[in-house]
Amino acid sequence: MSIVTNTKEFLDETGAIAKFTGRFFTTGIMPRYETKELLNQCYIIGYKSLPLIGLTAFIMGLVLTMQLRPSLVDYGVESQLPVMVGLAIVREIGPVISALIFAGKIGSSIGAELGSMKVSEQIDAMEVSGINPYKYLVATRVFAATLMLPILVILGDTISLFGAYIGVNIKSVTSFELFFLQVFKSLSYSDILPAVVKTIFFGFAVGIVGCYKGFNSSKGTQGVGISANSAVVLSSVLIFIIDLLAVQITEVLGLN
Amino acid sequence: MKMETTEKKVNKVENDKKDPVIVIKNLKKSFGEKVVLTDFNLSIKQGTNVVILGKSGSGKSVLIKCIIGLLKPDSGSISVFGDDITQMSYDELNESRNRVGFLFQSNAIYDSMTIRENLEFPLRRHWVDITEEEIDRLVAEGLESVGLASTIDMMPSELSGGMLKRIALARTMILRPEIILYDEPTTGLDPITSREIEDLILSLQKKNNASSIIISHDMNCVKHVSDVVVLLLEGKCYTESTYAEMAVSTDENIKQFFL
Repeated sequence: MSIVTNTKEFLDETGAIAKFTGRFFTTGIMPRYETKELLNQCYIIGYKSLPLIGLTAFIMGLVLTMQLRPSLVDYGVESQLPVMVGLAIVREIGPVISALIFAGKIGSSIGAELGSMKVSEQIDAMEVSGINPYKYLVATRVFAATLMLPILVILGDTISLFGAYIGVNIKSVTSFELFFLQVFKSLSYSDILPAVVKTIFFGFAVGIVGCYKGFNSSKGTQGVGISANSAVVLSSVLIFIIDLLAVQITEVLGLN
Repeated sequence: MKMETTEKKVNKVENDKKDPVIVIKNLKKSFGEKVVLTDFNLSIKQGTNVVILGKSGSGKSVLIKCIIGLLKPDSGSISVFGDDITQMSYDELNESRNRVGFLFQSNAIYDSMTIRENLEFPLRRHWVDITEEEIDRLVAEGLESVGLASTIDMMPSELSGGMLKRIALARTMILRPEIILYDEPTTGLDPITSREIEDLILSLQKKNNASSIIISHDMNCVKHVSDVVVLLLEGKCYTESTYAEMAVSTDENIKQFFL
């Protein structure tokens, strides 16, 4: 019985999220545009997330390099360390880790903010003023998350490569030029482009899930907490599902 | 006191001649098994203050949320200025909301915006051709009318409950609505602030010649602001009368509110 109920709830929720997402394409992208609020959200979602994404990317690049070195030394291919690290960061680790950090920071903040607006009737107040809250609150946040995450990932990858350069130089000496020459020589457009494209979908998923959870928050402070929490959990799971789909698509297109 | 009653009687006679701005017919709304409104009928004339009286949970807030289109009724019709809002598309409904104001019990002030931005918010979106000077003038006027001009650049978190209620009132009035719906405007306020809010409701209503529906449990407020009192009982309009007539009623269902 509980399996049936859970399945029904899961399907109901999936349908509701699909409907909410559909509304973005039918209502959210139509004029009139809330340009000022969009820029404000780009500042909050993008610029204010940069220090956190940058710090985690730097540590990730450094640690990854230090942990890969012993294995490569064993196989006698230590000189390939920049190539290995560069490929791993640009193709997979950079986009996924940055997107997960982004989901934790932005998904929860959107879920909690809209959830608290919902329970304090601020969303209803917009509605009764004849202002479409979906356009003002949802479209702007989803656009900002979709636009900002790819930029953050590109910046995060760059910072991560700097971390990797420092990691390489902890136990050996490699010049800055040689390190980055090796990294960029090993990378092609088919490594960079799919990785950037999938971050657009990661950003969209984080934005839409955060907004959906906040918009459908139940009454009370507990409801707001649940919205924030479930926004992070669901968007993190979606990031992995999108990643899985992306790797299958790139495989079919011969980009791997 | 006697003069006030006479004045209200004169108003009632005048109101009887006016066209209704809201006509509710056979309204039904339920949540699952729980029937909240059933076969509810009401007609409200221009310039009239109608107070809806009823027990907690009797469906008063549901009624005004149906009127503004926040809740969709199960059946029945709600005609606002002659147009049935239950048959309107989302855009048509938004358009009709320009003429209707709603004051929330919780005030619903946008807490991430300053007081100025709260008042500007509906203006900028509805009156797109409005100049910056005009916006500044209307915001200043709105705040002056509720006696809070000095709070213009403050954040909502810096203001008291009574001040927020007045700001919410100023925001509701800024588009000059012809119908105003108040959800328990004086609940949780001290008697002095309550009286100030009641006076503001009356003065702003007179200024704009608006019609109002006021939900209240506060009998002082009911007495002070009502032209007509409607008793909502078991989802239906039990009776519709003036405060003075209801106050002397021998009906047990009515008497319990006037004890």
